[in-house]
Amino acid sequence: MKDYAYFPGCSLKENSKHYEESILPVFKAIGHPLEELEDWNCCGATAYFSVDNDMAAAVCGRNLSLAEKQGKDILAPCAGCYLTLKKSNLFLQSGAPEAKKILGDLKRSGCEYQGRSVVKHPLEVLVREIGLDVIRKKVVRKLTGLKVACYYGCQVVRPYTDFDDPDHPTSLDALMEALGAEPVDYSAKTRCCGGLLTGTIENVGLRLNHLLLKEAKRKGADVIVTVCPLCLFNLELFQDKIIKTYKEDVRIPILFFSQLMGLALGLSRDDLGFSRSTIPLDAFWAKIRNGGQNV
Amino acid sequence: MDIQRKVKYEHELDPGFLAKIKRLSHCEEIDRCIQCGTCSSSCPMSVYMDHPPRQIIGFIKNGYREEALSSFTVWLCSSCYTCQVRCPAKIKITDVMYALKREAIENKIYPHRFSIPLLDKEMTKLIARDGRNSEMRLILRLYLKSFKPFNLLKMTPLGLKLMKTGRMSLKRNRIKGRKQLRALVKAIKENGK
Ligand code: SF4
Ligand code: SF4
Repeated sequence: MKDYAYFPGCSLKENSKHYEESILPVFKAIGHPLEELEDWNCCGATAYFSVDNDMAAAVCGRNLSLAEKQGKDILAPCAGCYLTLKKSNLFLQSGAPEAKKILGDLKRSGCEYQGRSVVKHPLEVLVREIGLDVIRKKVVRKLTGLKVACYYGCQVVRPYTDFDDPDHPTSLDALMEALGAEPVDYSAKTRCCGGLLTGTIENVGLRLNHLLLKEAKRKGADVIVTVCPLCLFNLELFQDKIIKTYKEDVRIPILFFSQLMGLALGLSRDDLGFSRSTIPLDAFWAKIRNGGQNV
Repeated sequence: MDIQRKVKYEHELDPGFLAKIKRLSHCEEIDRCIQCGTCSSSCPMSVYMDHPPRQIIGFIKNGYREEALSSFTVWLCSSCYTCQVRCPAKIKITDVMYALKREAIENKIYPHRFSIPLLDKEMTKLIARDGRNSEMRLILRLYLKSFKPFNLLKMTPLGLKLMKTGRMSLKRNRIKGRKQLRALVKAIKENGK
């Protein structure tokens, strides 16, 4: 496997610390410790594309150039960073005249980029490169009986991803199965959480997330696992408000897929950021105890 | 009842609008649209939109510049790319939405005090200056400008939750290569003109 430079992005250093706290030990446990990309800058997310297209590609170009100099590919757990870096990379590698212009600007400011970096998501590396057989062998604590709604959201599977289907992705379900958990048939798995709309046009954002929670409950899930900080933020932190607004008990824990993976690999639950959940996890832990061996 | 004409006559349209949008990044294929409506039926936001994506594409193709730019649609678009992966004509609809946002911001056509373009602008300013962005600082800056995207009072329970679980900080994050970043911003600006 190639060496990867871990690109945390702003979320994994702030509201999604538990994503970082679980993804790093998981990769270590699997035998591929990750190192952070030195002096990375924010990817610009959806904001730069809405304001200045050239700058959107340029700020990503700086990160791609840093990785290239270290001879590494980029591993971006945040769905937003993943898409933005990948999109900009494809554009910079396209040979289009506007792309060449930006490559020239990058060079002039000391961030020469030759177009050799590759951007990947941890899910892709775990399922398609390392492989489920290897992971299955490392599982020491099967998550038997745990019903999981696998939520992919938008930007990991659309539109540039080549490792899964944009409408009916299965990689996360397969990973959860390999850990011994039971993925439910979650028909909302790629429906949008609304992104920043919870903060800007709240009633629309709440409604979208209500649908996602409701469907997971209907399918009997014990937990929703996500691959994206913004999805987790919306589903977790607006839950109280959704319950109040729609007068419906859609309470359910929201965790990162890497947290469950860490448990299954035998890592201590204290080291995987579970204490950062604002939703009580008692029922979740009871389920884990009843299923697998003691945690 | 005052009945008004809803469709413009040809001389009232902007004949150059299609060509203008087509020149923008990823919008080259727009006139291949067959108006099938797959985008509108796939879009999770279309129930909230004044003009669903199919109409927006139709507006652009036919020179309805004002209608396209002043529609609320582009601000409801959450960039989920569902329409884009399903479009049979392979039109990059999400990127067209981005292009329209940029056009609307440039021409200052958006609802008064509307938070999304301001959020976008503030965020890019922070990134260009510090190389990083902190959600809390961003929210505070916007609040100080008295736009209320994340209305602070409404946010308090949320802020408390984040604080209690150690998921929020007001620390200013900056990269070491700020000089390099500034040079890059300058180079892009000079080159773009
Ligand atoms: S899906 Fe594509 S071809 Fe169909 S209406 Fe939308 S943009 Fe046009
Ligand atoms: S990308 Fe925007 S327009 Fe397209 S389906 Fe998603 S929200 Fe709708």
